[in-house]
Amino acid sequence: MTNFQTVEVKTDLLIVGGGFSACGAATEAAYWAKKHNLKVTLVDKAALDRSGAVAMGLSAINQYIGIRDGANTCEDYVRYVRQDLMGVSREDLVYNIARHVDSTVHLFEKWGLKIWLDEKGKYVHEGRWQLMINGESYKILIAEAAKNALKEAGGEVFERIFIVEPLVENNKIVGAVGFSTREEKFYVFKAKAVMCTMGGAVHVFRPRSVGEGFGRSWYPPFNTGSSAYFTIKAGAEMTCQEVRFIPVRFKDAYGPVGAWFLLFKSRAVSSVGGEYMAVRKAELENWKPYGLAKPIPANLRNYLGMLDVEAGLGPLYMETSEAIGKIADQFKDDPKAFKKKMKELESEAWEDFLDMTISQAHLWAAQNVKPEEKHSEIAACEPYFIGSHSGASGAWVSGPEDLATPYKWGYCNMTTVEGLFAAGDASGASSHKFSSGSHAEGRIAGKAAIKYIVEKGQEPKIDDAKIEALKAKILAPLARYDQYKGLTTDPAINPNYLLWRQFMDRLQKIMDEYAGGVTAAFKTSKPNLERALELFVYLKEDSEKLGASDIYSLERCWENIHRMWQGEAHIRTILFRDETRWPGYYFRADTPKMDDKNWLCFVNCKWDPATDKWNLMKKDIWTMPGV
Amino acid sequence: MPSFVMVEKCDGCKGQDKTACMYICPNDLMVLDKERMKAYNRDPSMCWECQCCVKICPQQAMDVRGYSDFIPLGASVVPLRGSQDIMWTVKFRDGSMKRFKFPIRTTEEGTAKPTAGYPTHDDLKSEALATEPASLGLQAVPTRK
Repeated sequence: MTNFQTVEVKTDLLIVGGGFSACGAATEAAYWAKKHNLKVTLVDKAALDRSGAVAMGLSAINQYIGIRDGANTCEDYVRYVRQDLMGVSREDLVYNIARHVDSTVHLFEKWGLKIWLDEKGKYVHEGRWQLMINGESYKILIAEAAKNALKEAGGEVFERIFIVEPLVENNKIVGAVGFSTREEKFYVFKAKAVMCTMGGAVHVFRPRSVGEGFGRSWYPPFNTGSSAYFTIKAGAEMTCQEVRFIPVRFKDAYGPVGAWFLLFKSRAVSSVGGEYMAVRKAELENWKPYGLAKPIPANLRNYLGMLDVEAGLGPLYMETSEAIGKIADQFKDDPKAFKKKMKELESEAWEDFLDMTISQAHLWAAQNVKPEEKHSEIAACEPYFIGSHSGASGAWVSGPEDLATPYKWGYCNMTTVEGLFAAGDASGASSHKFSSGSHAEGRIAGKAAIKYIVEKGQEPKIDDAKIEALKAKILAPLARYDQYKGLTTDPAINPNYLLWRQFMDRLQKIMDEYAGGVTAAFKTSKPNLERALELFVYLKEDSEKLGASDIYSLERCWENIHRMWQGEAHIRTILFRDETRWPGYYFRADTPKMDDKNWLCFVNCKWDPATDKWNLMKKDIWTMPGV
Repeated sequence: MPSFVMVEKCDGCKGQDKTACMYICPNDLMVLDKERMKAYNRDPSMCWECQCCVKICPQQAMDVRGYSDFIPLGASVVPLRGSQDIMWTVKFRDGSMKRFKFPIRTTEEGTAKPTAGYPTHDDLKSEALATEPASLGLQAVPTRK
């Protein structure tokens, strides 16, 4: 461990992460950096071509407003997100992303993304906001533009470096540190501003599959809570840490259901044949006004299905054969046209899987599933932290400068830590960004960060002793393993250290059983959460007793410490909010109702690096006037 | 198992420092066993089955055996990725087969131009991003008065 060489890199803007928001930030920041003679450096823990949530590909673009065609307005999108998140969203941020996202999509198309066009040359929609694409190489294209932009501007890309900790001096970010996952090198990046774009968090909760299928999470297992950790540890105020997301997908392989619901108009039913959205309609009254407005929020749709499962009416099924049968009926006088239509739909349905969840295609093939003959099982997955989708967790960031928003303390998308920007899953309360909106938000934040550097940038100053201390702390699991491994005949079982997987199992057990995971049927309560916090004391202490046999294990150790902090922020925030607002994401059994009088607000939290204390607070919701 | 490597076909990317699969795996799972000069997946239970390794392998030495937790044996889903499209061969447990071909991009590899030919501007203070408003297809970036 002492052999780790320290490599120092100086830059103006440091982008940590490599997914869509990072690539958006790099593409835009590089343009402005070149004009102002500044350097942009991007650090990715994987290879930029296939890193982040879109590594496998995607079959749709989920946010496109269609402003140029007059299809929708940005205000329409603000209303849509407000409704889906039960009133809790940063409308200034949602508006800001919406007004830029179409240009992101138009850029994607020019870069080479195949967006489906109809006979009139217009985009083919899957839903009101969703466009159909051939997206196997979606990430490769977006990475290519980012790399080309950085190259033109004299920037740099570092791959296979895992950023562990932020460097902060007096509430101002000055860089980040981490290590190479390929060689014994410790990296110190010093920067005038830092962009946090390291994705959401998966495997904080125990997944449904715990054997080999452990890795088949809906969101990728390499989203390890690093954004949350980085911003929390920097001392940034966080928001919506309670707003996890639980998708309902085809069971086990977690293939997308969008095409079946939207293109095939398929119904979801219980084992006794009832469509839970119809049978349990009266329940929606309890969640008004959101329960009674359209579209019905994702969490409420989840909830009605969960009520069926709880009543013993599972499994739930997607009625694929019925949907195809209905399409056949439309063509009953023209078998040739039916055959053609079915071939088209079959290809679309399989591409939906093959572009983004290959395992689902594999599962159907292995179970000889013929969707025209038999329905397929759907289920609620485990909880995820994904501020870019229908969850909302992330850092609390400053709003756009030209809007009359009360949330403004500096540059757009800057956190409460000076010079630290966040986008994508790292920025909170601006849900429904998906891939395109995350890229657009990265562009917004990338430009703002360069503006910050031009106007206020200062040479980063950091105490060398502080860096040395961080280096020792980050590499400690290697040293600990070396010191004690000889004590036992099997180095996997040792009283002096825990290995990463053992530690992760404990984290997941606590989250799952006490904080409303799958085995707790997504239910929790104050006593459960308080017990979880008691167990977290031991967990946190034991996180300082991790042992790592090699660099790979060291990477996994730190990923799980990152997850642990995301878990703690989640538990504390759920505990603070004494109501149930998103019953299909989690249910506070002791406060089972929505309480608009007291809780139609954001809950923010902040960990104080000086005192190691958490502070939780309410923040008012600003609704856009006239929207 | 997630992804696995066929002994016969893997050549360890001919003794390079890193193999193609090691280079690309988003979850850092592929390793080269330098003694055998063969790559392997070091932790199948952390594999997302994204097939990035399968798609990039120059020897077509990689495949996926579905997660043992819930995928019965006997099926396969094999990609063949070219520069413009990808062909999928889906083999069912009962022996039936489906084949699909989808485009992957409309431009030559490497040619994505960051500003995509849209007019750009110099105003760091404006709300308009580099290629806006042209790339929006609008006269100006929307705002609220």
